[in-house]
Amino acid sequence: MLAYIVRRLLIAVPTILLLIVASFFLMHFAPGGPFTSERPLPPAVLANIEARYGLDQPLWKQLWDYLYNIVVHFDFGPSFKFKDRDVNDIIAQGFPISLTYGSLSFLVATTVGVALGIAAAIKHNSWIDYFAVGLGIAAQALPNFIMGPILILTFTLWLGWLPGGGWNGGQWPYLIMPVIALATSYMGSIARITRSSMLEVLNSNFIRTARAKGLPTRTVIWRHALKPTLLPVVSYLGPVFVYVLTGSVFVDIYFSTGGLGQAYVGSALSRDYAVLLGVTILYGVLTVLVNLLTDLAYAWFDPKIRY
Amino acid sequence: MNKYIRTSLAGLLTSTMITGAAFAAGTHPTTGEALADDQTFTYRILDEHSSVDPQVVEDVSGAEIVRDLFEGLMNQDEDGNLVPGVATGYTTNDSKDVYTFTLRDNAKWSNGDPVTASDFVFAWKRAVDPALSSPYAWFMELMSIENASEIIAGDKSVDDLGVKAIDDHTLEVTLSAPLPYFPQMTTHSTTFPAPQKVIEEFGDAWTKPENIVSNGAYVLTEHLPQERSVRERNENYWDNDNTIIEKVVALVINDENVALTRYLAGELDRTEVPAGQFPRLQKEHPEEAISFPRLCNYYYTFNLSDGGPEAFKDPNVRQALSLAVDRKIITENIMAGGQPQAYTFAPAATAGFDVPDVEMASMSQAERDELAKELLAAAGYGPDNPLSFEMVYNTSEAHKKVAVALSQMWKQKLGVNAELANMEWKIFLEERGNQNFDMARGAWCGDYNEASTFLDLLQSDSGYNDGKYNNARVDELLSEAKTSDDAAPLYTEVERIIAQETPVIPIYHYAGVYMMDSDVGNWPVKNVEQNWYSKNLYKTAE
Repeated sequence: MLAYIVRRLLIAVPTILLLIVASFFLMHFAPGGPFTSERPLPPAVLANIEARYGLDQPLWKQLWDYLYNIVVHFDFGPSFKFKDRDVNDIIAQGFPISLTYGSLSFLVATTVGVALGIAAAIKHNSWIDYFAVGLGIAAQALPNFIMGPILILTFTLWLGWLPGGGWNGGQWPYLIMPVIALATSYMGSIARITRSSMLEVLNSNFIRTARAKGLPTRTVIWRHALKPTLLPVVSYLGPVFVYVLTGSVFVDIYFSTGGLGQAYVGSALSRDYAVLLGVTILYGVLTVLVNLLTDLAYAWFDPKIRY
Repeated sequence: MNKYIRTSLAGLLTSTMITGAAFAAGTHPTTGEALADDQTFTYRILDEHSSVDPQVVEDVSGAEIVRDLFEGLMNQDEDGNLVPGVATGYTTNDSKDVYTFTLRDNAKWSNGDPVTASDFVFAWKRAVDPALSSPYAWFMELMSIENASEIIAGDKSVDDLGVKAIDDHTLEVTLSAPLPYFPQMTTHSTTFPAPQKVIEEFGDAWTKPENIVSNGAYVLTEHLPQERSVRERNENYWDNDNTIIEKVVALVINDENVALTRYLAGELDRTEVPAGQFPRLQKEHPEEAISFPRLCNYYYTFNLSDGGPEAFKDPNVRQALSLAVDRKIITENIMAGGQPQAYTFAPAATAGFDVPDVEMASMSQAERDELAKELLAAAGYGPDNPLSFEMVYNTSEAHKKVAVALSQMWKQKLGVNAELANMEWKIFLEERGNQNFDMARGAWCGDYNEASTFLDLLQSDSGYNDGKYNNARVDELLSEAKTSDDAAPLYTEVERIIAQETPVIPIYHYAGVYMMDSDVGNWPVKNVEQNWYSKNLYKTAE
């Protein structure tokens, strides 16, 4: 097990390195630069700016300096757009926000989704099933960029119950709408995956055996059916976890939460190279880690899997 | 005993609060309106500002904050006229290339230090210093300050800049060329003073709320990036007694429809009206939906460079396309926010600009369409040989609607095939700047309130002349206007030539279209540059 983890982490290093190099070149090859603007800068002014940020160096040199600063100083470089903040500041400010509403959304989507899915499968073809399936489909059809404006219209304008946006240190009135908006469509997907997986498991031989030996339904479900049911759900949850943790650009745009999603998209649009690359690396590292955790979780859910 | 202390403490607190909020409880000193208890002005900004460093800031929302935090030599009043700021006045020599500003002796930084001429000298040198590499260094070149260009290019030392502190309250500026409107340019944030001690102590982090020291009516007290920034009164500001607004909150709300919803829910005092929604809002909230002219234009430019389409080299073709644009449909049905139709490049709202009688403006649309058909036929295009080209614009709902309308007008009236192409902003700028287009969208907001800020775009060697229009007479008139005491007739002639040759198709001029809470007083709707100062606003009791 330990050897497996070490091996995986060792493979992660070249993976991340490849990600950095590929993103670096893709980014620099995109037309337009950080200082392309509607009012083109006079050449002398542009030259001063490029010299300040080292953009006048050959690309390989820029890449080398970038990697060097990360490894030696853990410095991900300056922001070209925000003059009094560097990439470390931007991530330090945005990531905790994304992490907070992301984990809460993940928790809500998973618990509600799994509960709905199990209830639907146990009461197959009953009104509970129809309700859960209907809700699941409706939720899946409501991506967060539709949910955002609907929630704000309802809870801020019509009912006046919740503030229309902002973060304010993550106080709960500011959290509710972002969490619902982000969780809804995942909850729908999780409910549907859980339901179909549970239905399949309930029809399998070992469950029939468990029932035949007279175990009460509750024990059959909890002790025997749940773990195998969750196996496909877990493989879906891995990428979802990374996605919600790293923030959603739509949540940030609609609720002005100040999370990393907006910073990421904003940096791509303004060609803020260092910010874009810094957040890409963060996403990459998180993906690698969460994939590892997911794989380790498999072993717990399915004893047949061994590392 | 305890009770006694508590009571007197309470009394003390109450009396302090009353003095501290003298205006809040009272009436406006000049209009006599009853003032609201809560003097907080909250407004929406589209995107996080880049910086609040006066020499570095380059975006509109940042400049708005900087104008509250810092004060330059001169300010603008509600109508955009020049009024004293830190300077009480200025004198100039006959050749208008040396300006001497007298600074008031009661101006203070928020830490209590006096604001002196050397603070300006430091700031102006900083603006051109290659070490700071300010994206607005070019503004100092535009101001024609002696040696600015050489310093930016690295050929001279910053100490050679043509600015010097004669004494604490006298600032002398030497220009490399006479510039009659130089004082107007000192209302721009790049020219605001900077606190040398603080900058040297904190470096780039000097603009953080815990470090910043400023000399304007407000100080920055909170900044949560991508969420909000808060500025509150600077008790050391020389005119603090006449300032009414206590606190200004700028909320970052990227989506304009969400911003509108939050405005309607009472969370904001001001927000922009999304394109097309003004008529409905005006009907529902007549007191709050406002529209007024602004100093910006919206146009399409032809690619007249050597690599551009052959067809556009014929002025008849260009004129025909311009004539066939029904500007009324675009301003009334698409934008619908009170935008003026445009037949000239510079907006009519520009100070000292006489709008020439452009022939097209006085014709009916039917007459224009008729003439357009004739001109296009004369140029050799018709049903057998239809004119085709590509028109590019940067990705946006409103730009798309305008582009679709234009291509439909040309298709129906003239049988022209205009193919639409949209591009992400930076790619669009790159392609347009490299003349990789047939026809491209353009828009320009004046850097200062004078027609040259627009017309200079059509000067043949201008870096902003993406259509590569080249007319020797236009160049001559524009350079003559730089030093002329009365440039208006020169600008009028330039516009006449542009109307004849049609290097661009002006479509509309911008309007400021806002939802503004009716208890916000004194919003400068007549300041076409929209240089507003929170210290001049107030909120009335509802």
